[in-house]
Amino acid sequence: MGTFFHRHRGVTPYLLLAPGILWLAIFFLIPLGFLGYESLQSGSFPDFRFTWELSNFSDGFRDYHEQFIRSFVYAGIATVACLALAYPLVYWIAFRAGPWRNLFLLAIVAPFFVTYLVRTIAWLNILADQGPVVGLLRDLHILGPDGRLLATTFAVISGITYNFFPFMALPIYVSLEQIDPRLLEAAKDLYASSTQAFLRVTLPLSAPGIVAGTLLTFIPAAGDFINAALLGTPNQAMIGNVIQAKFLESLDYPSAAALSFLLMGSILVALLVYARIVGSERLTG
Amino acid sequence: MTSVAAATPRSRPGLAARAWAFAKRHALTVYALLVVAYLMLPIAVVILFSFNAPEGRFNYVWEGFTFDNWTNWNSVLGIQDAVITSLEVGFLATLVATALGTLIAMAIVRHRFVGRGATNLLVFLPMSTPEIVLGASLLTLFLNTTAVFQLGFVTIFIAHVMFIVSFVVVTVKARLIGFDRHLEEAAMDLGANEVTTFRKVTLPLIAPAMLAAALLGFALSIDDFVITYFNGGSITQTFPVFVWGIARVSVPPQVNVVASAIFLVAIALALGNVFWQYRSAKRQRQGAV
Repeated sequence: MGTFFHRHRGVTPYLLLAPGILWLAIFFLIPLGFLGYESLQSGSFPDFRFTWELSNFSDGFRDYHEQFIRSFVYAGIATVACLALAYPLVYWIAFRAGPWRNLFLLAIVAPFFVTYLVRTIAWLNILADQGPVVGLLRDLHILGPDGRLLATTFAVISGITYNFFPFMALPIYVSLEQIDPRLLEAAKDLYASSTQAFLRVTLPLSAPGIVAGTLLTFIPAAGDFINAALLGTPNQAMIGNVIQAKFLESLDYPSAAALSFLLMGSILVALLVYARIVGSERLTG
Repeated sequence: MTSVAAATPRSRPGLAARAWAFAKRHALTVYALLVVAYLMLPIAVVILFSFNAPEGRFNYVWEGFTFDNWTNWNSVLGIQDAVITSLEVGFLATLVATALGTLIAMAIVRHRFVGRGATNLLVFLPMSTPEIVLGASLLTLFLNTTAVFQLGFVTIFIAHVMFIVSFVVVTVKARLIGFDRHLEEAAMDLGANEVTTFRKVTLPLIAPAMLAAALLGFALSIDDFVITYFNGGSITQTFPVFVWGIARVSVPPQVNVVASAIFLVAIALALGNVFWQYRSAKRQRQGAV
């Protein structure tokens, strides 16, 4: 066997790759092809026929642009909320937590150890009409006597924020942790105030983490349907809810497939726009 | 380093600035601890409500403390089968995905070959695709090949391997990049062939990374709902799919029991790891002194 590898050096990487790459090709790439094939069919369950039915796409956007826009707005707000919650926390962990660092990092990933659906259902308990949070807000007259949190836009967005928080926090932590403390000392030596040192040294150096965290949070958030299904009403339905219902309940595969592609496409457009903004900021800064 | 200056405050601006810095520092600490509390709150609720004795069908309001849910965790129809399916899928998919992913990582890190960029892209893409699209597209494959695939255990297993592989590649790659290849060359110089070198040198060195990747993969598999829901069919249920089904009626406290048990096992493993790192770091420091 050893001599075989010696004689065929160039083959080795392909032999190593073959099983895994074949798996990804057959069960990831080819299915995307099938999804495309499905999206251009017409008819009704179980008799679908391939007819280059491009109207699936235009109809999908016409009928569900509201859910599309809602998905992106919810995902956008949740991403910003994650950033606002995560940055100060991981900054504190990276620079102030000392020996407790790993313990607090564990606290960030701990929600992942509770089954996604169960931790989302826990928010049902917390935000319930008879629950302590609603009671407190009613007593403080922030909510009216009949005001509720459950089945509102607020509940859905806060559910998304909670569920994808670690995706934002961990990349930022990694980028903060890599900052050489001598750079901050140098900034201080050059008479930078701590605010200036933060704005001109720490923040720019943690930018890659913010960019990565934003993407890792926004992409799954835009495709999510669990939070809207469990914490919201049909008025909070996101595009994921539509795709899920069409695929698994009304069995309208062509329309569901077309919507899946529209979701992927619009995420791609959002990423390109984001890359432009981030890129141009880097150019000017 | 500030003790002298702090003990003898000479000028007002210095003191004010220091007080401001002190306040700012604590504001950050308070904010950080509040965020941690926010992260812990639902976990505490899940565990707390696993000990609840609900009077009606709904486990939303605290009624009273009981151990019954823990002792009769499998008294809810279907929950035990779902947990067993989750463990079986998690174990098998992790095993296969760790093997496939490690091989891909070795090829990418160790070799220059045509198609390396494309391979990296193919590994990266599943991680950056929304889960619902992964689940939906795989479902269309299975629907169009019903002669080969019937939705059930096998299709769930296939789906889980597919989405875990990428995470394994990323985890193992990170470790392989810092790997000293001289060790392998030394083994070969001493007459070991490729297979022996791999078994006696390479494998023991990357085993920790493979273990980390496997634990991550297992956690992802146990937790996955969306992809499993799309590809599992109507008969085979993993624990998350079971929860989804029962959530439309009412969630019994036994669901909290299972979720709490999974959480406690995971957190025990993670805490063990944290303390082990802490101790070995301490020992290293002592060794240095």
